Order: sequence, then structure tokens, then C-alpha cells
Amino acid sequence: MEIIVCVKHVPDTTEAEVGIRDDEKGIKKEGLVFDINEADNYAVEEALLLKEELGGSVTVLTVGPPAADETLRMCLAKGADRAVRLTDERFEGSDSFATARILAEAIRELGRRPSPIDYDLVLTGCMADDDASAQVGVTLAEMLGIPHAALVIGTEVEGARSETFAHRRETFAHRWETFAHRPETFAHRRETFAYRMKVHRELEGGLHEVLDIELPALFTIQTGINEPRYASIFGIRQAMKKQIETLGLEGLGLAEEAVGEAGSKTSLVRLFIPEVTAQATVLHGSPEEVSSELLTILKNEGVI
Amino acid sequence: MGEIFVLAEHRRGELRDVTFEMLGKGQELAAAMDAPLAAVLLGHNVDGFAAELARHANQVLVIADERLEHFNSEAYQQVLAELITQRKPSLVLMGHSAYGMDLAPSLATQLDLPLVTDCVGLEFEDRDLFAVREMYGGKVSARVAFRPSDVYVATVRQAAFPFEEGAPLGGEIIAVDSPLTEEIAYRRFLEYVEAAVGEVDITQADVVVAAGRGIKEQENMSLVEKLAQALGGVVAGSRPVVDAGWLPPERQVGQSGKTVKPKLYLAVGISGASQHLVGMRASSTIVAINKDPDAPIFKVAHYGIVDDLFKVVPALTQQLEAK
Repeated sequence: MEIIVCVKHVPDTTEAEVGIRDDEKGIKKEGLVFDINEADNYAVEEALLLKEELGGSVTVLTVGPPAADETLRMCLAKGADRAVRLTDERFEGSDSFATARILAEAIRELGRRPSPIDYDLVLTGCMADDDASAQVGVTLAEMLGIPHAALVIGTEVEGARSETFAHRRETFAHRWETFAHRPETFAHRRETFAYRMKVHRELEGGLHEVLDIELPALFTIQTGINEPRYASIFGIRQAMKKQIETLGLEGLGLAEEAVGEAGSKTSLVRLFIPEVTAQATVLHGSPEEVSSELLTILKNEGVI
Repeated sequence: MGEIFVLAEHRRGELRDVTFEMLGKGQELAAAMDAPLAAVLLGHNVDGFAAELARHANQVLVIADERLEHFNSEAYQQVLAELITQRKPSLVLMGHSAYGMDLAPSLATQLDLPLVTDCVGLEFEDRDLFAVREMYGGKVSARVAFRPSDVYVATVRQAAFPFEEGAPLGGEIIAVDSPLTEEIAYRRFLEYVEAAVGEVDITQADVVVAAGRGIKEQENMSLVEKLAQALGGVVAGSRPVVDAGWLPPERQVGQSGKTVKPKLYLAVGISGASQHLVGMRASSTIVAINKDPDAPIFKVAHYGIVDDLFKVVPALTQQLEAK
């Protein structure tokens, strides 16, 4: 199975102080640690599991500056076969729509190049931790003209029991109980895209829906679908030797108006720190002091 | 100005809350813009929903088709693309839900319309539309402009807008023919799979001690277990803890997990992503322990301790056990 995974190199702001730039168009990135977007990490793992089960290849794509090579190298170290960074100063200011257009054009371009990728599956994370738009994946599917499923939390190629499936069957046995495994033999017929896949989509309140989807298709992957691996030392060494390809505006054959702010359908007016409507009463002191104060408060209020 | 569409979201015989929240916001926008508010209902045997929606909209556009019995973004997209092209609404609102996230981007792309997702604020200035949404885990808000368009599409954060039952609008129910002609073979709905009922039902507990990403290692889960035991409560967690496999899925609090309303909710090392807050903000008393003073959890907590949980939790447990 030929798989393309779109990933994003993002700052980790979960425990960091976030400041806004003077122009109000971005956050201050100095001192922040960047890494692969969390959901994308699960998407890469899902691709690697499918490749290990079925054969084929995994190509990783990103739109970003040279620093994003760090994320691409880590994907190569884990077992991805090829990494392509889409980079051009004129991509700056692209919103989700324009970013999806860059990715769509790159996927078409990779289909034309030497060693073309005639993909079966495109995976993305379901949401980026920085802008939280949850838009690029499904937009990209529409641009590629292929079916999609968002928020995928389980996959199975019909006719072949994948590692992923077996793993999740153990971990989340209850979620899979009603799953009727199809006995058809798995036929690798790429020419006609004979694959179908069953995917679980995460709905609200712990509910899933199961869909049957024809490939080629795009899935946006939800966190928790698998257990992302760590790269081995050997893998990291191997990855250092691999080349990361780059493609810019001309390489993609895109018009300048199709990307950046001109190619976007939305624009950021300004960023601001959200107004705090209700503030917690913060207890101060040593761990012992705050514990004692908290327990007194809870007791006085009849909570405990 | 064209109608404001609200896509009614329903599942297994119930209209979902976000539908009413959008109708509430839709009414406000419709009044400001002097535009009619139309609920758009796709489904099969949905007369009851249509009647309910008519109380909160000027019109209910009903597209009934057995192929719409279960949500299928491909079928929904085909129907809505046709309806939007014909009626040219000024704005289409959908939930930023598992349905809306699966549908809005492809629909907007097909029709070449601007889309802003996960909106917590929306306002027109003349005919231009602006949204407010959150970024970086809720630490930053953004004001975003839609590129000027005749039709805008927005997905609305669940539980972001209040719904108050007002005087019934007595909307007209209009049946619209379904444009679907055949089964969509490339994406078929098969079934729902329910969450498991675990041995502990966290929604029934008076005290919930919930662990988040800040707990760092599986072995540290014993800290919250001991605290929960000392308080006579149960252990729950936010998404990262469940993703890591340190707690079973039925212990997850939040949009994709359970909604809890205990007397005491103690959030340990939880930053407070909006998807988590939806599942616990109605708790009577909320205490948050987190070393990051900017963590959004402090916006909903009543009491906060800004310190290292690995120092505070053992101290708290010890004092409880000493009594």
C-alpha cells in the first residue's frame, strides 16, 4: 500500500508561556520547543503499521521552513521511505485552504515525477495543536477528489487483519466486539484500487461509527488510535543519510496568487490573550500550607 | 440579505444540543442582519424534529431521504451543495463536531466558499463576517476575517453559545426534494459501536480526581489513585492519559468521553483543552493543580494551586489520610 502522510512541525505550548508578537499576527516562538504535531505522530504510526502489514511505502510531506526537517528526519528514522518539504517564502500567510492546495499540488506532482507515487491512502492528523483548525485534511481530500473520513480512531484493510486491528482488539476489545471480519482474501490490485477499508470514526460521548470506504481515500487520524513508536538509534543514523527533497512554488507549478495570503479564504486580523471572565481563587504557600487551606475550604463549603 | 442556515445535527433519534446553540446564535445574527433564520434538516422520518425546530427558526427546510438516515458526509455534501447553490444563504452554520468537521471543509471547498472552524464568536460588520476562535490550546484567541463572499460557512464550537428557550417562532416547514439518486458506494455507514460500560461509572461519583498530561508517567498514576481513595472518589483522566493507555476509555472526561458533574472535580496536571472543559465545567466545585499559571483550566476552576503536582498531591493525600 502506497501511503502519503502530511505532517506539521509545531511548537509545544502545553506548559509554556505564550506571548503575542507586537504585530499581533503570531506568537513569540523564541524558546519554544518544536516537534511533530501530536495527531500527525499517530498518523505516521498508522501508516508504518499498514506498510509493515501490507508492504508498500510511506512518504511524508510537510509545508514549512528548514527547521521542519527535524520532524521529517524523525519520520524517516521511524521507517518512512521518503520525505518532501514544501517550502517557499511565498507560502507564508497561507491559511488552511491555501495549505491544502499546496499539499494537493505536491501530491499530484509526486505522481508525475520519476519514481511516481500512485497513492492508495493519504493520512493527516485530525487537528494541528497550533491553529486547531481541523480543516486541511478534509479540504485536501476534496481537492484530490477522493473520499475521506475525519477523526479516525481505528482502521482495517478488508480481507487482511492488520497489526493495528489486532492491537486495538486487545486494548479496546469492547469497541470491536461487533466487528464482523470479512473472510475475503486480500488482493493487491493497485491498478484498480481494489482496497476497501473499514474505519472507526470517533463521535461524541464515547460513541464510534463504522464506515466502509473505497480507496484511494484520505483519513484524518485521531490521537490514541495506536501507540506511536520511538525511533531507534540505528533508524536515526540511517535517516541522517537520507535526502529530504524540497519543492517550491515553481516546482509545484502553482501560481503565486494561489498561495499565501492571496490564495487564502480567511485572514488573521489579530491575536489576543483571551479575557478571563472568571478567575480561580489561587491558594499560595508551601504544598503543605495550600493542602491544609484547600481542605479547610472544602470542609467549610460542605464539599467533603 | 440571504437566509442564515443552521444545519440540524441529530443522531439516533435525538437532536444534538449544538443544534439549539446554533439556532440561538443564528437568531441573534439574523436579527442583526434582518435575515430569515432557516433550520436545515436532513434525515429519514424526521417530522418530529421538524416540528421541534420550527419553534426556533423562521423556516425548516426538510430533505427527507432514506439514504440520509445516518450521517454520511458525502451524502450531506451533495444535498447541501445543491441547496446552497439554489437558495444562496448568507451564512451556513454547522457544529464543530464529529459531523461538522467531516463535512464543512469539503463542502466549502467544493463551492469555493470561505470557512472558519471552531468559532466561539461570530459577527457581521456590514456584509463582512468576522469570527473569534482559539489557538494554542486555548491560550490565545484570534479574530479572523472571512474573505468577502455571498455565502459564508462556519463551524461553531459545541457548548460555546448559550441556548435559551424563547417565544416560539412558529417556523414554516418546507419539504425540499432530495437530489440524491443513488447509494453512495464509496463511503457507506455500517453501524455504531458503543463505549463500554466499565466497572466504575465516573458520571455517578461525588468526587472525581482527574489526571492529565502533567502526570507524565504511568507509574505516577498511583499518586492520583491514592488521592482519590483518600477523598472517597474515583479516578478519571483527560484525553492524553487515555491515549497513552494509562486509563481505560470509559474513564475519559470530555467531548469524546464522559460528561461529569460531581460535587468535587479535582484536575491534576490538566491544562484544560476546550474538549475537556465541556465534560466537567458543570461540576459544583472545581479545583485545579497545575504548575502553568496560564493553563486554561484555571478559567473554569474555583480554586487553583499553581505548583508542582508531584509535591502538592502527596501533601494533600497525607493530610487527608492523617485525619
